[in-house]
Amino acid sequence: MGVAMLVAACGQSGQPTPTASGGAAASATTAATTRGAGGDLKILYWQAPTILNAHQATGTKDADASRLVLEPLASFGKDGLPIANGLASEIPTPANGGVSKDFKTVTWKLRSGVKWSDGTPFKASDVAFTFKYQCDKATAASTSTYCEGVDSVVAKDDTTVVVTYKDSQPFYYQWGVGGGNLILQEAQYKSCVGAAAKNCPADQKPIGTGPYKVDTFKPGDTVTYVMNENFRDPKKPYFKSVTFKGGGDAQGAARAAFQTGEADYAWNLQVDATILKPMASSSTLANLVTVYGSSVERILVNFADPSPSLGDKRGEPDTKHPFFSDKAVRRALAMATDRNTVASRFYGDGLIGKPTCNILTAPEPMNSKASASFDVCKFDLAAANKELDGAGWVKGADGVRAKGGVRLELTYQTTVNAIRQNTQNVMKQNWESVGFKVNLKSVDAAVFFTNTSPDGANHFWADVEMYTNSGDPDPTSYYNNGWSCSQVAAKANNWQSGNYARYCNKDFDAIIAQLRTETDQNKRNELATKANDLLIQDVAVIPIVNRTFATSAVAKSLKGVDPSPWDSEMYNIADWSK
Amino acid sequence: MGRYIVRRLLIAIPTLFAISFIMYAILALAPIDPLSSFGADPRVPPEVREAIRHSLGLDEPWPVRYMKWVTGMLQGNFGFSFLSHSPVIDLIWQRLPNTLAVVGVAYIVGLVIALPVGMVSAVKRNSIADHIFSTGAYFGFSVPTFFTGLVLIIVFSVKLHWLPFVYNSNLKVEDVGSLAEQLRQSIMPIAVLGLFDAAVFTRYIRAEMLEHLPLDYVRTARAKGLLERLVIIRHVLRNSLIPVVTLVALGIPSVFGGAIVTEQIFHVPGIGELLVRSIFLGDTPVVTAVLMIFAVLVVLFNLLADVLYGVLDPRIRYA
Repeated sequence: MGVAMLVAACGQSGQPTPTASGGAAASATTAATTRGAGGDLKILYWQAPTILNAHQATGTKDADASRLVLEPLASFGKDGLPIANGLASEIPTPANGGVSKDFKTVTWKLRSGVKWSDGTPFKASDVAFTFKYQCDKATAASTSTYCEGVDSVVAKDDTTVVVTYKDSQPFYYQWGVGGGNLILQEAQYKSCVGAAAKNCPADQKPIGTGPYKVDTFKPGDTVTYVMNENFRDPKKPYFKSVTFKGGGDAQGAARAAFQTGEADYAWNLQVDATILKPMASSSTLANLVTVYGSSVERILVNFADPSPSLGDKRGEPDTKHPFFSDKAVRRALAMATDRNTVASRFYGDGLIGKPTCNILTAPEPMNSKASASFDVCKFDLAAANKELDGAGWVKGADGVRAKGGVRLELTYQTTVNAIRQNTQNVMKQNWESVGFKVNLKSVDAAVFFTNTSPDGANHFWADVEMYTNSGDPDPTSYYNNGWSCSQVAAKANNWQSGNYARYCNKDFDAIIAQLRTETDQNKRNELATKANDLLIQDVAVIPIVNRTFATSAVAKSLKGVDPSPWDSEMYNIADWSK
Repeated sequence: MGRYIVRRLLIAIPTLFAISFIMYAILALAPIDPLSSFGADPRVPPEVREAIRHSLGLDEPWPVRYMKWVTGMLQGNFGFSFLSHSPVIDLIWQRLPNTLAVVGVAYIVGLVIALPVGMVSAVKRNSIADHIFSTGAYFGFSVPTFFTGLVLIIVFSVKLHWLPFVYNSNLKVEDVGSLAEQLRQSIMPIAVLGLFDAAVFTRYIRAEMLEHLPLDYVRTARAKGLLERLVIIRHVLRNSLIPVVTLVALGIPSVFGGAIVTEQIFHVPGIGELLVRSIFLGDTPVVTAVLMIFAVLVVLFNLLADVLYGVLDPRIRYA
């Protein structure tokens, strides 16, 4: 019902109007629960949490394990809009006056009477303190990106917090909402701000306002929680305790949930669809729960020259790729990309992924409908051949096309992963049939995502590379980091900037600049779609598969699990019951 | 003997320093990064990564980091984990009991099985029992533990639902019920590792016994009219065990090192699992601490094996 209301409201004003009493739908299904009526809830993550403060997290596992204890002001719901299941009593919007007309100040009303799990009262000053902690440069919080552009967070009174942005901020929920903005207790963390944040013992056992509190924590192994008697909803949580076990591998986690029932919830089952599908469908114990969001497996096309003969100039943005600088070659590569086969064979035909030609797939109003008819989005080997013929790339005796001494020989790198190696093989076969020569390369994921490694995604010393990335409910930083001229990765910035492909296009940058200042939601949707279509038609990137954001096994007896692609899978754990 | 031990211990000091330096250098130069688990996550932009790196002290040149680490180590400070921000030594202490409960027990089980089996195999050479035991040992020796582990899981956990395969490290053994639970959860990993160890030891014991059985002193013992049982146990076995004891002593450090694959399959949070995970996630303080402890154990147990050899075999004297 909450969702239906939301859609209607959006249709009328064009502005996002989140549900005022969010989580209404969820609480309706679990209204009958009694606190502590359930036994132990068993959660299994094949990556074990190592720290319980999301601001110091080094991965989803840590942020998720924190979420049982710590809460944000509000959570991001399925459509990317906030729901008031956190510390705020209602969601501020331009319509209710919570967001100022210039989109600079956001006034959050907090719930009154909320207590920390140690029994002390929660105050607006804790929220202001969290900002101080999170946004102090020396704290080195991994969530500090949410501080960007935030001028101040001030407690007006005990239940009112005002977030002020430096400039007009169309994404006014940036600070305070979702898994990156969990509120810490000032009393516990006041001596852990700045450089003192490192090795702070509170990170092992944070005091929170969430439904559970930490009982024991063995980093890299198991967290046990017990219910928080001071939780604001007297009927929740349902489970007396939670065991959050880490370790093993994805397939073992799937087995524990689907086949032996040793886990009620098994996280992120990155298992080959051919194994996962029969396991899930034959299970009497658990269901596979997934949700689609903005995670897109994509192929990046290098615009700089990665050849080792360049020495110090290798991959620098002022070099030009020998053949990808020719748009016809990029177009042909895109036309010879068979995303449907990959999606149906390796992603289980919608089980854990579906084909897409959009680099921005969510929120839904920003998901381009036009791209389906683009010629570069259609798998057509004849058209690819024609494109290359037309551009003067002629097939040699070995079947590889060349022009002016430049051969279409490329290196295609990705991480070591069964699905990805299968995908590489499909691509290689098709690309070689139109006259490319494809050399495959796979790198261990830990090395691939290291900024110091020459085999890393960011150095991109290859011609094409493949991995998955995703964005926030607002796409501005996703677009800006990925493809704007200012973010081109180069030696000068230690290969740390996000535009690994070294794509640079003034038209694209202009759209992003507009996206920064545009406040009308309909126009924002148009701009976001336009940016997507530009990248696709210019073949700056080749999207392949929209991957499920959450891919978890959930015991059939477990109720209330409803993952959102924009927030932690644990965002509504207070509502879970059996 | 005393002087010999002191001399060996003194030699061990530069050896350990050399090990620590080489190990640190390799880790510093390897492309591992504690921030790699962020992947290409745009929510953690370059500036943030740089700030985190700075807070971990990773922006200093590695020889400087090495000196700091060695200084801390000499004072008994193993440092803090990059990922959990908790003292490394705490992590190791948390995991040691699990490793000993599984890998240690398996080692003992392996020995207990191997002794009688190896003996029978040797004494009744070429009998049906010997053929069965030898084939079994060969099998246990050649089949990898990840395979036997998976087979056990599929049979006893998935098909029969008798045993759990997700190890609960928080289980406290306080009464009969919890002891039974501990047995239930550790019997599969212990079986996998124990059978492997048993296979290795059986082959050694059998070979040693066979070497001793035709020797003159055995014939003399028999000629004296001793019972065959006494000949085997008092004379042949005792002498055959000398090299086996050193082998067992040399194998003990690897017990502390954990069993990487088996721990992973059965979700046992042991030292091996900690080491491998820390390597993959770039948590170098943990890696260096575990490897250093391992190096010390290897050096110590090498010494112990040599000393034991001397004690058991009076013909060997150390000057």
